[in-house]
Amino acid sequence: MDVQVLTFIFVGATFALYIAIAIWSRAGNTDDFYVAGGGVSPLANGMATAADWMSAASFISMAGIISFVGRDGSVYLMGWTGGYVLLALLLAPYLRKFGKYTVPDFVGDRYYSNIARIVAVVCVLFVSFTYVAGQMRGVGIVFSRFLEVEITTGVLIGMTIVFFYAVLGGMKGITYTQVAQYCVLIFAFLVPAIFISMMMTGNPVPQIGFGSTLADGSNVYLLDKLDQLSVDLGFGAYTEGNKSTIDIFFITAALMVGTAGLPHVIVRFFTVPKVRDARISAGYALLFIALLYTAAPAVASFARVNLIETVENAEYKQTPSWFKNWENTNLIAWVDKNQDGKIQYFAGKAFSGKPKFLGMRGSEGERKVENTPTDNSNELYIDRDIMVLANPEIAGLPNWVIALVAAGGLAAALSTAAGLLLVISTSVSHDLLKKIFLKDITDRQELFFARVSAALAIVIAGYFGIYPPGFVAQVVAFAFGLAAASFFPIIVMGIFSKRMNKEGAISGMITGLFFTASYIIYFKFINPSANSAENWWLGISPEGIGTLGMLFNFIVSNLVSRITAPPPKEIQELVDEIRIPRGAGASYHHIKS
Amino acid sequence: MVGFERVVAKNINLDKMINPHNSKAKVYWKKNIRIVLSLLAVWFFVSFGMGILFVDDLDNFRFFGFKLGFWMAQQGSIFCFVILIFIYVYRMNKLDHQYDMDEDQDNFVPDDNYHPDKESQE
Repeated sequence: MDVQVLTFIFVGATFALYIAIAIWSRAGNTDDFYVAGGGVSPLANGMATAADWMSAASFISMAGIISFVGRDGSVYLMGWTGGYVLLALLLAPYLRKFGKYTVPDFVGDRYYSNIARIVAVVCVLFVSFTYVAGQMRGVGIVFSRFLEVEITTGVLIGMTIVFFYAVLGGMKGITYTQVAQYCVLIFAFLVPAIFISMMMTGNPVPQIGFGSTLADGSNVYLLDKLDQLSVDLGFGAYTEGNKSTIDIFFITAALMVGTAGLPHVIVRFFTVPKVRDARISAGYALLFIALLYTAAPAVASFARVNLIETVENAEYKQTPSWFKNWENTNLIAWVDKNQDGKIQYFAGKAFSGKPKFLGMRGSEGERKVENTPTDNSNELYIDRDIMVLANPEIAGLPNWVIALVAAGGLAAALSTAAGLLLVISTSVSHDLLKKIFLKDITDRQELFFARVSAALAIVIAGYFGIYPPGFVAQVVAFAFGLAAASFFPIIVMGIFSKRMNKEGAISGMITGLFFTASYIIYFKFINPSANSAENWWLGISPEGIGTLGMLFNFIVSNLVSRITAPPPKEIQELVDEIRIPRGAGASYHHIKS
Repeated sequence: MVGFERVVAKNINLDKMINPHNSKAKVYWKKNIRIVLSLLAVWFFVSFGMGILFVDDLDNFRFFGFKLGFWMAQQGSIFCFVILIFIYVYRMNKLDHQYDMDEDQDNFVPDDNYHPDKESQE
């Protein structure tokens, strides 16, 4: 069957499933809407957390990036998984015992201050909007490539689906659709990985195939072969790094700590019944995430070998259809510098910037670009994002696998978008309205406001998806850096130090935020031309600066809290209370009253 | 335990279901911290140590078809993270039980007449 028809069937079937789940799990009160009634089983929460966490970036972009940067890609692999250890050991059980709905709730109550609460709300909104814009864009791209509709139409369809289950079902609807979406996305990621691993190494487990010998009878290890190919083309060995050790260290730490501080991940641990469940569901979540994250570097190396062997020195006219398909979506471009009709692929850029197509064809039938070619001998431009999406085509897998990948990419983007939208709507209806501005609204009114703000947030996110502001890619560093430099230290101190008071927390949060934000703004917006290793402070890139911001936050908050009055007695008792698991049922009841 | 009597004497709320301010809770918390710190030390060692700081040295050793450092950076550390969380869960559940801090007696369904402050089990 035709790829497009199959894709329609797969995507249509999964969307129907998500809507059915939404209708089945409507939210009846704010408790359902915010934390799914607090009755989600740890295993289901683990799956939902994994889907919540693994976004379009994890599913579509990550393996592609690793494929092009080799060992340095480990910052994402370790950074986006290691944070779960911090989350499980330092945050999840205690926040579950605390038993409130949101991160600003904890910050506001523990530091007995509405200023702290508002600072937290602002950070939550900033981090979540940054993130959600990218998800909606991802939905649009998958639609446009696989179903050949306009990106705008794709975004609108995605908005409608999310609207349905996020506004209707709140956290309850989102949780159970995320469970389904996890199953779809992991299946869609692993099936092609298994096929390709079989083809290249004869081993069906991609995680093991990664370290096996090639199936072509040469008895050479896959990675040795890849190192050889990369060195021959001038890229440098795949298994060696290019970035400085200090930068890798700081970026990994910022991503780990940022992960542990991301509000849409933390809030998932409020949905399980007990402290014990919060711990084990963090374990399940990481196990489910690791299934994809340990396969991703294998996929990256398979794709790299396949790509080099398919395109290097191949005649353009003989290239397979995927090459021309992706060229037609602007993600591949070829300039025949030496006029030999063959593709030469080497290190370096074929031309500066992204390709701008002229709308006419060259002598070989390639799409001509107006960019000025560079004087190196590389002739090929490839967008990193296509590696996962094009991988099944590159490896010549059956059409249904390609359709499955499309459905998986959509599941990854939609599940993350929904989790973020819920956090945004909760911050508005609960943290701002109920807790600060409209204290005496009823539960029904609050639920109404939650639905309205979820709907508004979807519209704003959709707008960003259709008209992506140029800064979206730039501010990803922001989301993690700010989460690392603001939330993580004050939440950890709020649990592990009884002496930490509001003066310390607020000054620490502001120091971390201010330092991290100004460093990133300087290098990304004010003076982007200076953004290189020799100008960075201590050799730390803007992506890794959140780690330093976090350290400053810890230092300042501790110093300030020591010279100001200790927190009131009832706050110290609250800290004692959240440190022990017993009574989580009671604290759960407490939030209802 | 040093200061045991003093801490107990300070406690007025002995009829409460749980009293987090007593010394049993303090010992429990200390042991909790020890478990967390020891696991975090391993966490740091496998990722920042083996995967970043010593990655080039470890690359001199082979692990099947991988250079060892490369493998730790891209795959091995992730397996360790998963195992670490499950060890944490196991040890904390045991500790909770030992110090009677677990939630096994929390298996009640809160109804509208339930007030946590008036609770007096055990």
